[in-house]
Amino acid sequence: MSEQCAVKKVTEITTEEVERIKEWINTEEYKEKNMAREGLVINPAHACQPLGAQLVAHGFEGTLPFVHGSQGCASYYRSAFNRHFREPAPAVSDAMTEDGAVFGGQNNLFEGLENAYTLYHPKMIAVFTSCMPEVIGDDLTAFIQNARNEGHIPADFPVPYANTPSFNGTHIHGYDPMLKSILNTLGGDKKVEGKDNGSLNLIPGFDACTGNYREYKRYMKAFDIPCTLMADISDSFDSPLTGTYNPYPGGTPLEDAADALNAHATIALQQYSTKETMKWFSANTDAPVETLPMPIGVKKTDELLMKISELFDKPVPQELIDERGRAVDAMTDAHQYLHNKKFAIYGDPDWLLGVVSFLLEMGARPYHILCSRSNKKFKKTMQELLDTSPYGADCNIWINKDLWHLRSLCATDPVDALIGDAHGKFITRDLGIPLIRAGFPIMDRVNLHRYPTIGYQGAINLLTWIANTFLDQVDVTCEDRNFEMMR
Amino acid sequence: MEKTNKKNPLEGITKEKTQELVEKTLDLYTEKARAKRAPHMSANDPEDSGCAIRSNRKTVPGVMSARGCAYAGAKGVVWGPIRDMVHVSHGPIGCGYYSWGTRRNLVDGTMGVDVFSAMQFTSDFQERDIVYGGDEKLRKICDEAKELFPLTKGISILSECPVGLIGDDINAVAKNAAKDLEIPVVPCNCEGFRGVSQSLGHHISNDTIRDHIIGTREFAEPIGDYDIALIGDYNIGGDAWASKKILEEMGLNVKAIWTGDGQIEHIAATHQVKLNLIHCYRSMNYMAKVMEEKYGIPWMEFNFFGPTQIAKSLREIAAQFDDKIKENAEKVIAKYTEPMQKVIDEYRPRLEGKTVMVFVGGLRPRHTIGAYEDLGMKVIASGYEFAHTDDYDRTYPEMDKGTLVFDDASEIELEKWVEAMRPDLVASGVKEKYVFQKAGVPFRQMHSWDYSGPYHAYDGFPIFARDIDMAINSPTWGLVKAPF
Repeated sequence: MSEQCAVKKVTEITTEEVERIKEWINTEEYKEKNMAREGLVINPAHACQPLGAQLVAHGFEGTLPFVHGSQGCASYYRSAFNRHFREPAPAVSDAMTEDGAVFGGQNNLFEGLENAYTLYHPKMIAVFTSCMPEVIGDDLTAFIQNARNEGHIPADFPVPYANTPSFNGTHIHGYDPMLKSILNTLGGDKKVEGKDNGSLNLIPGFDACTGNYREYKRYMKAFDIPCTLMADISDSFDSPLTGTYNPYPGGTPLEDAADALNAHATIALQQYSTKETMKWFSANTDAPVETLPMPIGVKKTDELLMKISELFDKPVPQELIDERGRAVDAMTDAHQYLHNKKFAIYGDPDWLLGVVSFLLEMGARPYHILCSRSNKKFKKTMQELLDTSPYGADCNIWINKDLWHLRSLCATDPVDALIGDAHGKFITRDLGIPLIRAGFPIMDRVNLHRYPTIGYQGAINLLTWIANTFLDQVDVTCEDRNFEMMR
Repeated sequence: MEKTNKKNPLEGITKEKTQELVEKTLDLYTEKARAKRAPHMSANDPEDSGCAIRSNRKTVPGVMSARGCAYAGAKGVVWGPIRDMVHVSHGPIGCGYYSWGTRRNLVDGTMGVDVFSAMQFTSDFQERDIVYGGDEKLRKICDEAKELFPLTKGISILSECPVGLIGDDINAVAKNAAKDLEIPVVPCNCEGFRGVSQSLGHHISNDTIRDHIIGTREFAEPIGDYDIALIGDYNIGGDAWASKKILEEMGLNVKAIWTGDGQIEHIAATHQVKLNLIHCYRSMNYMAKVMEEKYGIPWMEFNFFGPTQIAKSLREIAAQFDDKIKENAEKVIAKYTEPMQKVIDEYRPRLEGKTVMVFVGGLRPRHTIGAYEDLGMKVIASGYEFAHTDDYDRTYPEMDKGTLVFDDASEIELEKWVEAMRPDLVASGVKEKYVFQKAGVPFRQMHSWDYSGPYHAYDGFPIFARDIDMAINSPTWGLVKAPF
């Protein structure tokens, strides 16, 4: 036989085969195989550390995020933010290539810092790493000191830096070291014994909803308490269109951040994404340092307001009490649309705890809860929350699983809706289940990041999106004889 | 190549003025950075050759470049769109996550069953994988992929930075897995630190297609005289479908598409076609050349943006075939002349005389010029993120004398140029989009067609025209300046 005859012919997959597999991937048998997966991750619900670091950097006044590593990484982080916020995300990289891999990235960093400083006139450059310098072991502490000694940047120019290896944890774990480094760089030595500047440090943690930051600021205004919100991305990623581009349209004022250790108190609103930062506060100030749950839903918002009230000895303002009442009114009016409905929810740990708390308040069942990189402690905390309500019975917590796992779970043990970022849309299309978009990233709907999901207004917003999704569904799917005006 | 009236200078744009702008822009830099950037921008002269603009050089550290990396070129451009394979982003979570779904390579089929390109597969490296190596995990991944997706026609392994740095042997793992699983498992050493841009990623992945795929299959049916392959169309928003449609209308059989909506076995049999038609020259010219050398398949470039270029290309393509195809080409052109004229009649009055600055990737900075011109517009500045000398050679004659041609522009350069040249439209990527919109300048994303498309061929032009009009003439621009 000639060699040519040995070459296989092109084959096409038959319709029967497609139909067979299409059914198979929705079965219990497939689920077992899928859940047993050990190596492959399919459709993950988390990004990598440097993305979190970059979000922090955007949250400080005049700050240029600087990626020490390959050029491509910087492009990816920037695009991820561009797509979610529909806003510019100015950041630079020192573009390390093969020679960097061999000789280390010090020269790239020198040149990069000098160029970034000269070109973009930042007030601060926040340096964080991507994979490459982490693997080869670049020493940022030494490199940046050398850059100062050699005059690439002025001796007193703030260059906080953080190691953010992408092969460890997720974006929330890169958020923490960058925030801590910025605060330490600006104000680590500015603690004045006995000084109390009367303000509150409020630290939302990794939160890509600009509406939430505005809401926190509004609450503090209502209390009439001076507040340093960190890292405040509300203007950085929601700036006015005026015909003039400003690369640094917002952020926490550096002066305020520098005075953080002299604040009256510090409150973090996520347990998982600012752990090290909060340890730093505890170690460096005697003022109260509190970590509260993300204020999603009424109870968690109540907790925050009571804590502020206690720390500053001020009553909760009437404006917010009224708002609470309106939220409860809205929730009672609409409880019937959510009651006993089952949900699959996926995302970051603190956000999940918040959304689950809200669902339980509505008498809804957060049925599959999926956190793609987490630990047993989170599972325990989530279980404790579920145990507080009869609606938390029989709910499932999945850690270190991905959205392909979640697909199997929803195919074999269905829910009424999914709540999570845009990546869940494939599950919802395959299985005919609606998706309520919340969290990060949302690249396929407009403006959702402008609407708060925290606080009382946030509860109303979440409720509105969820209930109206179900009502839309009824109107689209019901028979003519059940098509009614009032729902 | 036919040179039309391109040598005529544009009104108000002269070589001297543009050169002055270039000098002013360079003044932003430190001396060292200035020396590096200066060779990458100049006033165009249609007679210029490759030496006018320096390209394919390292990005200057600390400037805001739009470039991606070798991995982005391999995963996002070449391998990713092949629909019936599992593409594993091998390494930490980020690269796979960020490249997920961003190129909008549409495919036919049932996701998770016989097509997989809208999914994201990764080995999600953890610290222990860096310390102990990821080869064992990779082998497990291959087995799991085959078990969970039994209809997959193959697996590609796209390595991220750490994989190359820690010295994993993905080639050996792939070889064994391919043997055991009886499907192609293709290792692609496209670590992001390699080379200076995504361009090297294209080259590396093309080499893997050459080494592992081409010639491993033959078409089931006998080869015909009109069998061709469409090379360098990635089916962004359905581009390849629009292109395929008119090629088939003129009687050609599109046997394989590289790689938009691509099927790996069809790609494997491409060595049997009679002609390779290449649209994105930058990403795949190597392959056209390889197939010419090895299998004697002729290849030609073409341009399916805008009716003028489409008609020209259809005639050039037809000239490679017999009279039947030539007649068919004329019929196709005739069929679409009136509908295209209607599009022009509708939009040209609204766009006549408007100017554009283009800054994109492989082919668009030169290929789209004709489409803008069909609408009465002028491209006054054009540049590439990751082009090579041969791309610029193809660009100079397309651009008017004195217009600005540039390479790997930094964002601040673009800002400076837009401020000085005041184009009516900037056509670039997502990272630039909101910068220019904040400055009140209409914008279209030309990597992704701004989530519209197709823009290729006769189906694409009406959409292109509508979108350009929509961007420039949106009433929202009138609201930018407040009345108070």
